[in-house]
Amino acid sequence: MMAKPTIITETSPALEAEEAPTDPKSMPGAGALGWADDRLGLAKLGRANLRKVFPDHWSFLLGEIALYSFIILLLTGVFLTIWYKPSMAELEYAGSYQLMKGIPMSEALSSTLHISFDVRGGLLVRQIHHWAALLFVAAAFVHMLRVFFTGAFRKPREVNWLIGVGLLSMSLIAGFAGYSLPDDLLSGTGLRFVDGLIRSIPIIGTWAEFFVFGGEFPGDIVIPRLYMVHILLVPGLLLGLISAHLALVVYHKHTQYPGPGRTENNVVGYPLFPVYMAKAGGFFFIVFGVLVLMGGLFQINPVWLYGPYDPSKITAGSQPDWYMGFVEGAIRIIPNWESHILGTTWSWNVFVPGLGMMGLLFGLLAAWPFVEAWLTGDKREHHVLDRPRNAPTRTALGVAGIVAFSLFMIGGGNDIIATRFHLSLTAITLFLRAAIFVLPVVAFLITRRVCIGLQRADRERLLHGSESGVISRAPDGGYSEPHLPISRDEQFLLTQHLQHAPLEISPRADESGIRIKQEVKPMRARLSRWFLRHDVVKPTAVELEEAASHGAVEGRELEAEEIRALEESSNR
Amino acid sequence: MNFLSKRRRHAAARPLLLLVALLMVGVGYSVVSPQQTSADTEMSQQVEEGKALFNVTCSSCHGLNGEGTTQGPSLIGVGTASVNFQVATGRMPAARPEAQIPARTPLYSDAQVDALAAYISTWGAGVDVPKESQYSPEGLSAEEIARGGALFRANCSACHGIIGNGGALPDGKYAPSLVETPNIHIWQAMRTGPQQMPVFSKDVITDDDAREVIGYLNKAHAQPTFGGLGMGENGPVSEGFWVFIFGIGGLAVIATWIAKKGARAR
Repeated sequence: MMAKPTIITETSPALEAEEAPTDPKSMPGAGALGWADDRLGLAKLGRANLRKVFPDHWSFLLGEIALYSFIILLLTGVFLTIWYKPSMAELEYAGSYQLMKGIPMSEALSSTLHISFDVRGGLLVRQIHHWAALLFVAAAFVHMLRVFFTGAFRKPREVNWLIGVGLLSMSLIAGFAGYSLPDDLLSGTGLRFVDGLIRSIPIIGTWAEFFVFGGEFPGDIVIPRLYMVHILLVPGLLLGLISAHLALVVYHKHTQYPGPGRTENNVVGYPLFPVYMAKAGGFFFIVFGVLVLMGGLFQINPVWLYGPYDPSKITAGSQPDWYMGFVEGAIRIIPNWESHILGTTWSWNVFVPGLGMMGLLFGLLAAWPFVEAWLTGDKREHHVLDRPRNAPTRTALGVAGIVAFSLFMIGGGNDIIATRFHLSLTAITLFLRAAIFVLPVVAFLITRRVCIGLQRADRERLLHGSESGVISRAPDGGYSEPHLPISRDEQFLLTQHLQHAPLEISPRADESGIRIKQEVKPMRARLSRWFLRHDVVKPTAVELEEAASHGAVEGRELEAEEIRALEESSNR
Repeated sequence: MNFLSKRRRHAAARPLLLLVALLMVGVGYSVVSPQQTSADTEMSQQVEEGKALFNVTCSSCHGLNGEGTTQGPSLIGVGTASVNFQVATGRMPAARPEAQIPARTPLYSDAQVDALAAYISTWGAGVDVPKESQYSPEGLSAEEIARGGALFRANCSACHGIIGNGGALPDGKYAPSLVETPNIHIWQAMRTGPQQMPVFSKDVITDDDAREVIGYLNKAHAQPTFGGLGMGENGPVSEGFWVFIFGIGGLAVIATWIAKKGARAR
């Protein structure tokens, strides 16, 4: 507690300096904590936030994997910067890796080999850093999918979703810039790929290339520039965006899965301190441990095999890291379309799949919360998550997106698949050209069907109870299976969700026939119907009462004792 | 002289002269004619053997005189190195026509391969089977072997992959892995350009260059996988695969465990 303000009276009795009185009761405690609290006001901050409640679910930890990977990236990255030299100056390799002895290479690659072979623990840290980078992006993607499928992006979290999309795009740039830094044959090929993407921009492509590379590819400044991007610009942006991302999580409070006692106005879970301090702290060390194991046991990016980059060389089996695989795949499978208009080259075959694919992915992601709100007309706040089955069209779209992304990734590794599975490279490409249009649609239809099926199963369970597994024969010879009523808790879980009615076309004119702004145009109504009409209508309270009143609807009613016995056996 | 001229009309003179003439022609011929040694008989035997093999297993595609058909190319002037490569790696005789004939367990013994090569080279000479000194990387310095790596990356890795693990080519063709390939066959493949492979002649890759490339491949394949398990050694494709299996998969399992461990059991 701070010192109390001096009482101001009109006639100040004394102007002598007086020591602020110390009230022994207001002393927050002795020791280091007390010392810090007196100066930083931690107790007040802590009281508000340490007891903040978070809900428990494994999928809420996916984002934490990304966060912890990022911290590990910062730690290992600092280690690497001590020896890495971002220079394209040429020298002859004289380190201890014999198969590169005397080979001319850039200082960047030479210092990377130095870290790998001559710095104690260097290869381990390099490998942890690279695995952590792959895990960071992977965890970010999976976390985003969790948020998408559970509808956690809905109001009021649209801005946080946008921050997340920004984080995802930044993580791709960070990953790519880091992948390029060793300046080996593989990363140089990746850089050449990006050079092609930049050049494919119509009209200004060549100018943009010269701007980025300081002249003709590869030049001698791109590695220092990428180094700046990799260790300063993008990590800085990532840090800022992550802070905002987390601050908004605290501000909005965490979403929770539906269940008994969980409403839009509460959060059911455990307090940050001590439960989540322990869980999250422990999970950080587990993530760190898994990454150290991977870095120690599994080889990643053996730059010493690839050797120095040289624009005249390329090796079979060149791939980007996984998160750029979809762009690589799109470029590999597109037909060779190019046109020449008035002395300018329009490389559709690179521009459309390359920049188009990234634009499409991030554009669709960024737009989705607003598109969905527009389709449902839903302006409520949502803090309870959707079960994916209760949003069949959204879930189906997500799965279709995953399928499309995966097909493009397969395209990116088509040569590896061809050699390892003894398939024809051309056949894979032709298959993918068709599959990229067909399979996402198939996946969409199947997923929506599955969701509707699950909704029907829920309805069935609500109205008819759960199957008891007891087959009884009636005196007249008929067989039937009595059903057990489900618990109130489960009834709540299965019925708590909101069901939106598709939007109706709103009138063009008011009662007096004056034209007004049409709120819902026919097109919007049609799309809304497409998005919402598949929901299986959930039973009303009256229907539930009715079902409960005559107990298990079909077959005979079970005796109370039998029910107890069955419940016990199912609990076991 | 008197002795001979006096008897020149003797009855035995003509038969004797004939005998002497025949003897002289015979001896003279035996001097100028090629030596009929035992090695030569062996060679002709080898050619005969090769011809028999060729007629049975090769001629249906390559033609009875190696002139080639629509099924197989002409073998005139291919050289013994080419025959040795194709047959000793088991590629020939081919089991069936396909996009690319794969290496298999060789059908013929070394002696039979030599016989076939001897027969085929009777139609015209080509690149011969190399002596060991031509392809053996013995005695190369570390710098020379490293230079072989640079040569490999410049000339070979575009198809064969970065250290010769193999790569895909259009229409079901492929550049095979070189990890198991014996040195002599690497040399022969460079010089003769089998199937999809271009020929790397002595003017492009000298014998010393070839030795350096072979030396690099031997060393690169013998080195340990620094940094841990290779995990399939498919570059970023397998790395991405494993980060999802071990990283995301493993941590999701642990996350489930952590989430289940409530402060109070639920």
